[in-house]
Amino acid sequence: MSETSVMPDGRDPLGRDTIPKFIAYNAQHRRDRPAMREKDLGIWQSWTWGEAANKVRQLACGLAALGFKRGDKLAIVGDNRPELYWSVAASQALGGVPVPIYQDSVADEVQYVIDHAEVRFALAENQEQVDKLISIKDRLPKLEMIIFSDPRGMRHYDQPYLHALEKVLAEGEAYGQAHPGFYDEEMARGKGSDISLICYTSGTTGRPKGVMLSHDNVVRSATLAINFDKINETDEILAYLPIAWVGDNFISYAEAAIAGFCVNCPESADTVLQDLREVGPTYFFAPPRIFENLLTTVMIRMEDASAIKRGMFHYFIGVAKRVGCAILERKPVSLTDRLLYALGDLLVYGPLKNVLGMSRLRLAYTAGEAIGPDIFDFFRALGINLKQLYGQTECTVYLCMHTDTDVNPDTVGPPAPGVELKIDPTSGEVLYRSPGVFVGYYKNDEATAETKTPEGWVHTGDAGVFTDNGHLRIIDRAKDVGRLNDGSLLAPKYLENKLKFFPYIKEAVAFGDKRDYAAAFINIDLAAVGSWAERNGIAYTSYSDLAGRLEVYNLIKGCIEKVNRDLSSDSSMAASQIRRFLILHKELDADDGELTRTRKVRRRIIADRYGELIEALYSDRDSIAVEAKITFEDGRTGTFKANLKVANAETYAAMSKAG
Amino acid sequence: MTIAQKKIGPTLLKVDNISLSFGGVKALTDISFEIREHEILAIIGPNGAGKSSMLNCINGFYHPQQGTITFRGEARKQMRPHEAASHGIARTFQNIALFKGMSTLDNIMTGRLLKMKAGLLSSAIYKGPAEREQIQHREYCEKIIDFLEIQAIRKVPVGRLPYGLQKRVELARALAAEPTLLLLDEPMAGMNLEEKQDMCRFILDVNDEFGTTICLIEHDMGVVMDISDRVVVLDYGRKIGDGAPEDVKNNQAVIDAYLGVQH
Repeated sequence: MSETSVMPDGRDPLGRDTIPKFIAYNAQHRRDRPAMREKDLGIWQSWTWGEAANKVRQLACGLAALGFKRGDKLAIVGDNRPELYWSVAASQALGGVPVPIYQDSVADEVQYVIDHAEVRFALAENQEQVDKLISIKDRLPKLEMIIFSDPRGMRHYDQPYLHALEKVLAEGEAYGQAHPGFYDEEMARGKGSDISLICYTSGTTGRPKGVMLSHDNVVRSATLAINFDKINETDEILAYLPIAWVGDNFISYAEAAIAGFCVNCPESADTVLQDLREVGPTYFFAPPRIFENLLTTVMIRMEDASAIKRGMFHYFIGVAKRVGCAILERKPVSLTDRLLYALGDLLVYGPLKNVLGMSRLRLAYTAGEAIGPDIFDFFRALGINLKQLYGQTECTVYLCMHTDTDVNPDTVGPPAPGVELKIDPTSGEVLYRSPGVFVGYYKNDEATAETKTPEGWVHTGDAGVFTDNGHLRIIDRAKDVGRLNDGSLLAPKYLENKLKFFPYIKEAVAFGDKRDYAAAFINIDLAAVGSWAERNGIAYTSYSDLAGRLEVYNLIKGCIEKVNRDLSSDSSMAASQIRRFLILHKELDADDGELTRTRKVRRRIIADRYGELIEALYSDRDSIAVEAKITFEDGRTGTFKANLKVANAETYAAMSKAG
Repeated sequence: MTIAQKKIGPTLLKVDNISLSFGGVKALTDISFEIREHEILAIIGPNGAGKSSMLNCINGFYHPQQGTITFRGEARKQMRPHEAASHGIARTFQNIALFKGMSTLDNIMTGRLLKMKAGLLSSAIYKGPAEREQIQHREYCEKIIDFLEIQAIRKVPVGRLPYGLQKRVELARALAAEPTLLLLDEPMAGMNLEEKQDMCRFILDVNDEFGTTICLIEHDMGVVMDISDRVVVLDYGRKIGDGAPEDVKNNQAVIDAYLGVQH
C-alpha cells in the first residue's frame, strides 16, 4: 500500500469498498503484474491483473446472460483454480453472493448447503463435482444451472441445465459488447454493507451455519492485516487450502486483490509440496497439521539418511534450537553461536528450507488449532518467521496475531489492530468486537442472537487467559474444559497437543471430565509407525493390525510417559497425567463424522460412538471387543470387528518447577 | 444419468482360424473373432487358456503357424512387434515392463519414439528442429499425464512407485503411441479395490475421449462384466464363447470351463 496510507478502521481512502473494485483498480494500475498462476501440462501459466480482470468481466457478463441477478447465490465447488476465484469476483460484481463449498463434501452435505442458501447457480470444477450435483438435483428445486469448468468426461452429458465455462465466457464477451458499460455500472452499484460471502462453518456440532460477511468486513479486515504485516504486490502465495474455508477466501482472494500480489494454484492436490518448492512463496498460511506433517516427513527422511548426514543434521538442529529463535527475534546472541548458526544455515537450514519450498518465506502463519511448541520452535529456529494467529469465520479470520519481534509459541499474540477483546470472568470465554464482526448467520436469527450480544460483542466459544505481556492464550473450547473428580483442571486439547507432537501419534482424544483420572485414545501415524516397524523388523498387514501390536503399544506408552513426566513439572497440570490409553483400530475420519472438514476432533460424536471404549479406559479390563461402522469413500458402509488392548502408563509425582 | 450410446464401428481387426503351437503344445487352436472399432473387448478364460498368447499373436510377438490376422483391411501372416506398433497397436504387459531407473516422464516419452523423426545429427545438435519436435512430444505426454492424473510422480523413478501406479505409467506409455488398438494384459492384476476402480475409470475414459479400441485380458469378472462391450472366452486354446457380457455369463460351456467340468 505504498500509494496511500491506511485509515485506522481499515476503510479505503480511495473509497473502494468491494473486492471487484480493487480488481478493476489493479487492472489499471498493475496491468502487467502477475495476478494468478496455474500449472498446466507441467508449465506454469500466468494471468496478469489486466487479463484476470477481463476474465472476471467476461464471466460476470456470461452469468448475467444466463439470468444471474443481484442477490442471487453462486455455489462454488472445486479445488483451487483461477476460474473459481474469478467466479467469486464475478458474482460479487453483479451484486450476488458466492457460497463456496468444501470440495470433498459428500452429496448430502452439498445438498444441505445449496438448499439452505437457496442457490440458483452452481459452478463445479469437474465431472466428479458435476456428478455429485446431478445426483442431488432432484431434491433441489431452486438450483437452475450448473456451470462446469473442466470439460473432461463431460462430452456425453446432455442435461439442458449444464453449461461449459468456456461457452459462458464466450457468451459473456458477446453480452459485454452488446451491453457496453453494463459491468462497470453493476460493479459500481455494490456497496460495503452488501453481503459479500456466505461461508458455511464446518461446525463441531449439528448442521453447518452460514456465516454472512459483508464487503466492509472483508475489505477492512484485509486492509488492516496487510498493513500489519507490510504485505505488498511483490509477495507470492500458493493457494492450496479449501476455497470454502474463509481463510483461503481472505488471503488468496481479498488480500491478493487489495495488496495486488500473485496467487499460485497447484497443479493438483497431490503435487502441493512440489509446487510449493517451485513457487517458493513469500507468504504462507498453513494449519498446524501441515507443519506437523512437514516435520514428520523431514524426521523420517533423516532417520533413513547416512550416518554423517544424520549427525550433521542433529548437531545443527541442536544449534538452531538453542539460538535460532533469538536470532530471528533480533535478540543478543554470542558471536560464536552466530558463526555456528551461519555455518548451519549454509550446510543444513538453507538446503532444508529449499526442499520445503521455504527459501523465500518472510511471513508464515498457522492457525485453526494450537500448534505444539516444539513444532513451532523448530520452524522458527530455521529462520522462518512463523507466527500464530487466532480467529474464526465470524470475525473474518483473525482477532490476535503475533508481531514479528514478540512471538511466543504458547500464546496467539496480542489483539490485532482494530480488535477489542475481553474475557468473561465467570466462564473464561473470550469475547470480541472488531471491524470484521459478521452480519449474522444466514436464515438463523436465533443462533445469531446467541452468539452476538446487543452491544456487538461476539462469543468465541473458546476459553482463554491474558498473559502478563498482553498476549492471549487459548486453553481449549470453553465447553470442553472440564474438571477431574478431585477438582483439578482438565484441558483435553492441551493434553492432545502434547501427545500429537510425537511423530508416531497422528491424533489423540483425551478424556477425564468428572472422572478420577485422565485417559486417551491414540491414532497412530501410519507413515511414521510403519517406518519404525520396518526398521525394527515388525511385520504387519494393515493399519488395524499395526495399531494392535504389542510393540506399538509399548512405543506409544513411552510417548505418553514422556508427556506425563512433562506434565508433572507443571503444578496446575500435574493431576491430568494420562493413566490409561488405547490405540484405535481405525483412523478418525471426516467422512465418518469424527473430524470436521478442517480436521478438528468432534468430541461428542466420538464420545457417542466409542462410549464402550471410554468405559473400558475407566475399568480394569485389559482388552475390549469393538464393532465399528465404517463409511467408504463411495458412500457404502461396512462393519469392522476387532479386539482392542487397553494399556496403563506410568504417572509421576508432581514436582515444583524449580525442582 | 443419460449418456449417449457410443458408436461401435466396423471391424478393425479380424482373427481368422489362428493356430499356434510350441513344439507339441498347442497353445491356440483354430481361433476366429473380430474386434470392432471403438469397442472394449475382453478376452477371458482360466489359467493357461491361451489369452496372453492371443495378444502376443495380435501384436506380432508370436507368429501363428496357421491363420491370418487382418488389421484395418490389411491381411498379414508375419509381422514384427515394431511393425505392429507403427501400424497403431500398443500394449501393456502382465508383468510390468517399464524402465525402472527412468522417470515416469521419460518412460512415457519412450512411447513417442516411433513418432520421432529427427535424425542422429539433428538430435545431436538439438537446437532447431529436434528441439521443436521434442517440445511437441513432451506436450502430448503432458496431456496424458494430466489425463491419468499422475502429475505428482512426473519426475519420480518408476522403480520407486507402488505397483498400482506403475501399471498406470505403463498405460500412459502405451497411450503415448496414439494407438488405434490398445492391448491390455491384465491391467488390474494385483490391485486393491480402489486402484481397480481408478483403472476402470481410466480405461473407460481412454475409450471415450481418445476413441481408442481396447482389447483386454482380465480375471476379475466384476470388472469384465461392467466395462466390456463384448467378451471372448478361451479354454485350452479354443474359443468357447463370444458375445455380450450377459450372454457369455449364461453360456453353459463357459460355466463348465470355470467350474472345472471334466472334458
